[in-house]
Amino acid sequence: MIDLSYIQKRFDQLQASHPNDELASLRTEAFNRFTRLGIPGLRHEEWKYTNVSNLFNNEYQQALSASALSGIDQSFLDSIRLPGSTDADELFFVNGRFISSLSSIRSSNDELIVISLPEALKSDFAAIVKQHLGHSNRYLEDGIHALNTSFINDGVFIYVHPHLKQPGDLNRPLYFYHISDVRDNHILSQPRNLIFAAGGSRIQITETFATIGTMDNLSNQVLEVVVNKDAYVEYYKIQNTVNANQISTTHFHQTGKSYVHALSLTLNGGTIRNNTNLILDGEGCDSHLYGLYLINGRTHVDNHTLVDNRQPNCYSKELYKGIMDEYATGVFNGKIKVERLAQKTNAYQSNKNILLSDHASINTKPQLEIFADDVKCSHGCTVGTLDENAMFYLQARGIPQQNAKALLLKAFAMDILVQIKPDRLRNYVEQLISDRLLINE
Amino acid sequence: MLLIQDIHAETDGKKILKGVNLEIKAGEVHAIMGPNGSGKSTLALVLAGREEYEVTQGRITFFGKNLLELSPEDRAHEGMFLAFQYPVEIPGVSTTQFIKTAVNENRKYHGEAPLDAVAFLKLMKEKMRLVDMDQSLLTRSMNEGFSGGEKKRNEIFQMAMLEPSLAILDETDSGLDIDALRIVAKGVNTLRNENRAILLITHYQRLLEYIVPDFVHVLYNGQIVRSGTKDLALELEEKGYDFIREESESSVSATQPENISKT
Amino acid sequence: MKDELSTLQQTVLKDYKYGFVTDIETDTVPKGLNEDVIRLISAKKKEPDWMLEWRLKAYAGWLKMEEPKWPNVAYPPIDYQDIIYYAAPQQKPSLNSIDDLDPELKRTFDKLGISLEEQKRLSGVAVDVVMDSVSVATSFKKQLEEIGIIFCSMGEAIQNHPELVKKYLGSVVPMTDNYFAALNSAVFTDGSFCYIPKGVRCPMELSTYFRINAENTGQFERTLIIAEDESYVSYLEGCTAPMRDENQLHAAVVELVALEKAEIKYSTVQNWYPGDKEGHGGIYNFVTKRGICQGYRSKISWTQVETGSAITWKYPSVILKGDSSIGEFYSIALTNNYQQADTGTKMIHLGKNTKSRIVSKGISAGFSNNSYRGLVRASKWATNARNYSQCDSLLLGDRCGAHTFPYIEVKNNSSVVEHEATTSKIGEDQLFYCKQRGIDSETAVALIVNGFAREVMNQLPMEFAVEAQKLLAINLEGSVG
Ligand SMILES: Nc1ncnc2c1ncn2[C@@H]1O[C@H](COP(=O)(O)OP(=O)(O)OP(=O)(O)O)[C@@H](O)[C@H]1O
Ligand SMILES: [Mg+2]
Repeated sequence: MIDLSYIQKRFDQLQASHPNDELASLRTEAFNRFTRLGIPGLRHEEWKYTNVSNLFNNEYQQALSASALSGIDQSFLDSIRLPGSTDADELFFVNGRFISSLSSIRSSNDELIVISLPEALKSDFAAIVKQHLGHSNRYLEDGIHALNTSFINDGVFIYVHPHLKQPGDLNRPLYFYHISDVRDNHILSQPRNLIFAAGGSRIQITETFATIGTMDNLSNQVLEVVVNKDAYVEYYKIQNTVNANQISTTHFHQTGKSYVHALSLTLNGGTIRNNTNLILDGEGCDSHLYGLYLINGRTHVDNHTLVDNRQPNCYSKELYKGIMDEYATGVFNGKIKVERLAQKTNAYQSNKNILLSDHASINTKPQLEIFADDVKCSHGCTVGTLDENAMFYLQARGIPQQNAKALLLKAFAMDILVQIKPDRLRNYVEQLISDRLLINE
Repeated sequence: MLLIQDIHAETDGKKILKGVNLEIKAGEVHAIMGPNGSGKSTLALVLAGREEYEVTQGRITFFGKNLLELSPEDRAHEGMFLAFQYPVEIPGVSTTQFIKTAVNENRKYHGEAPLDAVAFLKLMKEKMRLVDMDQSLLTRSMNEGFSGGEKKRNEIFQMAMLEPSLAILDETDSGLDIDALRIVAKGVNTLRNENRAILLITHYQRLLEYIVPDFVHVLYNGQIVRSGTKDLALELEEKGYDFIREESESSVSATQPENISKT
Repeated sequence: MKDELSTLQQTVLKDYKYGFVTDIETDTVPKGLNEDVIRLISAKKKEPDWMLEWRLKAYAGWLKMEEPKWPNVAYPPIDYQDIIYYAAPQQKPSLNSIDDLDPELKRTFDKLGISLEEQKRLSGVAVDVVMDSVSVATSFKKQLEEIGIIFCSMGEAIQNHPELVKKYLGSVVPMTDNYFAALNSAVFTDGSFCYIPKGVRCPMELSTYFRINAENTGQFERTLIIAEDESYVSYLEGCTAPMRDENQLHAAVVELVALEKAEIKYSTVQNWYPGDKEGHGGIYNFVTKRGICQGYRSKISWTQVETGSAITWKYPSVILKGDSSIGEFYSIALTNNYQQADTGTKMIHLGKNTKSRIVSKGISAGFSNNSYRGLVRASKWATNARNYSQCDSLLLGDRCGAHTFPYIEVKNNSSVVEHEATTSKIGEDQLFYCKQRGIDSETAVALIVNGFAREVMNQLPMEFAVEAQKLLAINLEGSVG
C-alpha cells in the first residue's frame, strides 16, 4: 500500500492556516472523499489502462514559499513563453500557485478580471464562484480529482466580460503557464482555476506546462470553464515536457447555447492523463473536441473525454488522433452520453491511431450511452500502421523512405493541426511537430 | 376523382399552401409547374398524407371520400400513388421484398389473397420489362446506393406494380437522361386510361412532349395562379416565371394583403 | 404520426407462445446448493469419480468468487439456496429410439414445433433435446455414428467418451473462469456433446433445443463441441421456457474447439421467456460461450439472435490462437418492455495473420436497455491481425436505452483494427415512404427492423432465418414509438 499519510499532514496544515476560509468546507468534503476513494488502481474502470498509483510512491512537497521563487530566472520564463505573448494576458503558476508578480494582465478590467479564489469568494463574484467551483466533482468520481479539490487555495477566478470592439473580435489570448520547480524537492502541484465566460463573451485560452529541475514532479491540475449563453471559447492545451507526470482535467460547462472548441496536444511527458469534459447543459450547444498525441520513449498518454448531452439539439464533434512510437502507450476513452431530455442530439466521435513500433501499444474505448431516441450518434476508431500504398507511392516519386514517413505522419496530424485557429499558435505547434518528426527519423 | 378545395397547409408555423383549388377527373393528365419553393412537393405530400404538413383549411375528396381523414396507407390502398421527388433508402430491405409487401398489403385491403411467389414473379418480370429495370437492382437494398436515375425508375416500377388510380409524379423527370425519360413516359402512358388520372409535377416542357397533359397549372407562392392547356407550358418555357410573378403580384396582393411582405 | 405511434405502443405484446407448462412427473433434488447436492447430482447421473472431483473443485472455487457487478444490468440479489439444481422429467431409463419417448413429452415438442421423429429427416437437422436438467432425446444418432460423428448428451459422453471429455472439458472456459461458469461447472446437469472426426464435414445441421419446464429450477447445461482437423460442423441452439412470475436462472457454458483448418459455425436463437410487460418474471440468461481456434486456419463463427430473457449477459468469444485463424460474431439483440441485455464478444488475437469480424445490431424498445460490450485484443505476437467491428443500435421509443462499450487493445504495429458504431431511430421519411405504398406502421417497422438486421440474418441457416425473422416481428409488436 502507498503511504499517503503525508498528504493528511499537508491537508491538516492547510486547513489550520486557513480555518475560516470560504474554501475550507469544500476542501474538507473533498478530502473525505479522497480518503474514502483513495488513489484509483487498475481495477477502477476509468483507470483501467493507466496506472497512477505508482506515481504516488514518492513523498511530494506541495506548495512553496514565495521566497523560493526568486530562483527562476527571466531567460527560463522567456523560453517557455508562447507566441504572441506580449499581446496576451499571461498567468504564471509555480507548483500550483498563482504568482501575480510574474504574470501580466494586459486586458482592462472591463474586459477580463483575474482574482485569487479566496478573494473572489469575498468579492461581488462570490455567488458565481460558489455556484460553479467544483461542478466537475459530479463527473469525476475518483480520488485523484478529490485530491485536487482538497487543496484548493492558490488558484484564480477569471471573469470574462462580453467586451467586443467588433463582432467576431476576441479578447486577448489568455495564456496559462504551469511551471513545476523541482530543483530541490519532489513536487506535487495541484493548480485549480475557474473561468467564467459571461454571456456573449469570446475568449481564447491556452495552457502549457514546463519543468525546471530534475527531481520528480507530478501535476494534478484542474481547470473549470463555465460557458454562458452565446459565449465562444477556444481552448488549447500543449503538453511538451519530457518526463512530466500529469493528470490534467479541463471541464467545460456550457450553460446556454454556446460554442466550445477545445484541442489538446501531447508531444512529450511521462505518464499523462487528460480528462476533458464537455457538459452540454443548454439547448443548441455547439462543441468541438480535438486531440493529437504524438509520443515516443516510454511516454504514456491517456485521453479521457466525456460529452454529456443534457439538453435538446446539441451538436458535438470529436476527433482524436495518435501516433505511438518506441515504447509509448496511448489510451483513448471517449464517452458520449445522451440523456433522456436531449432529443435531436447529433454527436460524432472518431479516434485514429498509428503504431510505429512493435513495442508501442494503444487501448481505445469509445463509448455511447444513449437514452433518447431521436438522435444521430456515431463513433469510429481505427488502429493501424502507416499506409503502405501511400508510402510506396511517395517512394516511387523519388522521396526517400524517411522523408516519406515524416510526410505521411505530418499529413495524419494535419487534421488536428488545422483546428488550431490562431495562426501564430498553429505555426508554433506545426514547427514543434516538424522538428519532432525529423528528429525521430 | 380528386377535388381539392381551398387547401391551406403549413409546417413549423410557415404557411406554404395558401388556398389551392384543383379538380382532377378520371382519364385526365394534369401538369403542375412553378418556381422552386412554390409548394409543389408540399401539395403532393399533403395529398399523400405526410403529417409534417398541417392542413389548416380546406377540403379534399378522393372518390367522394374525405381524403384528409384517411391514413397515408389507406390513401395508398384507395389508389393514390406518389412517386417521390427524393425516394427514401431502406437499408437491408430488398426492392423485391419491399414491393411484395406493398402489393400484398394492398391486396389484403381489398380482400384479395396474397400473390404467391410464382404469380408475383411473373408480374414483376412483366413490369420490369416495361420500365427496363435492371434485374440486379431488385435484389439490392431499396434505393441504397442507387443512382438518381435508378431511384426514379424504381418509383415508376413500383407505380406499374401497384397500378394506382391516381399517380402523382413529383419531378420524376429530373436527373434522367433522354432514354430514361422515354422509358418513364412509356411507363406512365401505359398506365394511362379513362379510369385513371395522372398529376405531373415538373419544371420542364421536355417531359410534357412525351406525356401530353390535358391541363397545365402554375403554382406560385402557394396558390394556383394560372391554368391552361399544354400551350401554357410552352409559354413558360419561353418567358420564364417572371411574367407570372408580375401578374400574380398585382392580382394576389389585391386579394391577399398579407402576402405583400413575403414576395 | 405521434398519436398513431402511441396507439401502436399500446397494442399488446403478442403473448409469448411458448409459455405453457408440460404436466409431467419430475425427479428433482432438494432446493439449495452444497456439496451433498453436488454429490447427489453426480450420483443420479452415475458419474465416475473424476467428474465428481471436478465438480467439487469448481464448487470450492465458486464459493470464493463474487457475482460480477460490471454489466450494465440491474436485478435483485439471487438467492442461490432457493434454486433447484436438478430436475429431470420421469421416463423410461433408456431409449432405444425416439419412438419410445413419453407421449406427453412428444406432444410438448410438437407444440414447440420441433420434430423428433426420425422419419422426418427431410428437415435435415439432428436434434438433441434437453428438458430442464437432462437430455431427453437425440435424433439421427445412428446415421451420424456411421461417419464417426459423436452427437449425444453430455451425460452419455461422460459415460462413453471419458477420454475426450477429460481432455477438453474446461479447456476453453476454465472451471473458475467467472462466477457463473464456476457455478455451472459445479452443478451442470446435461447439454450436448459433439465430436467431429478428422476430415469429416457434418452432412446435417446439429441442433440442441433447450426447454425449461419445472418450477424453481435453474438450468445449467454444458455444451462441448470438438472439431478435429479439417472438419466442419454447423450447430444450432434454440431455447424456450414457460411463463412464470418468478425469475429463473439459466447459467450455461459452451466450449468450442476448432483444430487445424476446422470450422465451427454456432447459431443461437434465444427466446427464453422475457417476463411480462411490467417486467415480472423471465429468465436470467447468464451464459459463458467461448471457442478456441486452436489450429492453423481454423474458424469459429458465432451467430446469435437474442430476443428473449429478462436479462441477457453473454459474450460469445473466440481465442484466435492458431495462425491465420478466423473468428466471427454476428448478433441481433432485441429488447422490449423491461428486458435488459448486456451482450457482445471478445476476439483475442494471439496467432499471426488472424482475422476477426464483429457485426452487432441492437434494437431497443419499450423501457428496455441494450448494451453492446466487446473486446478486441491484438497481442504482441499477433502480427498482421485484422479486426473489423460494426455495432449499430436502433431505438424505438424514447424510454429505452442503447449503449456501446467496445474495448480495443492493440499491442503490435502490424495489426489493423477498425470499429464503427452508430445509433439512430427509424426515420420518419422511411415510415412515410412505406405507408405511401400501402404498408401499415407495424408492418413497416418490422420490415425496416428486419432490413436493419439483415446482415446478421444472412448468417443463419435457412430454417432458422425464417424463424428468427418471425421472432423479431412478434417481439416488436406494440413497441413502435
Ligand atoms: N419541413 C419543412 N420545414 C420548413 N420549411 C419547409 C418544409 N418543407 C417545405 N418547406 C418550405 O416550403 C416551401 C415549399 O417547398 P416545396 O418543397 O413544396 O417546393 P417545391 O415547389 O416542390 O420546390 P422545388 O421545385 O424546388 O421542388 C419552400 O420554401 C420550403 O423551404
Ligand atoms: Mg419539389
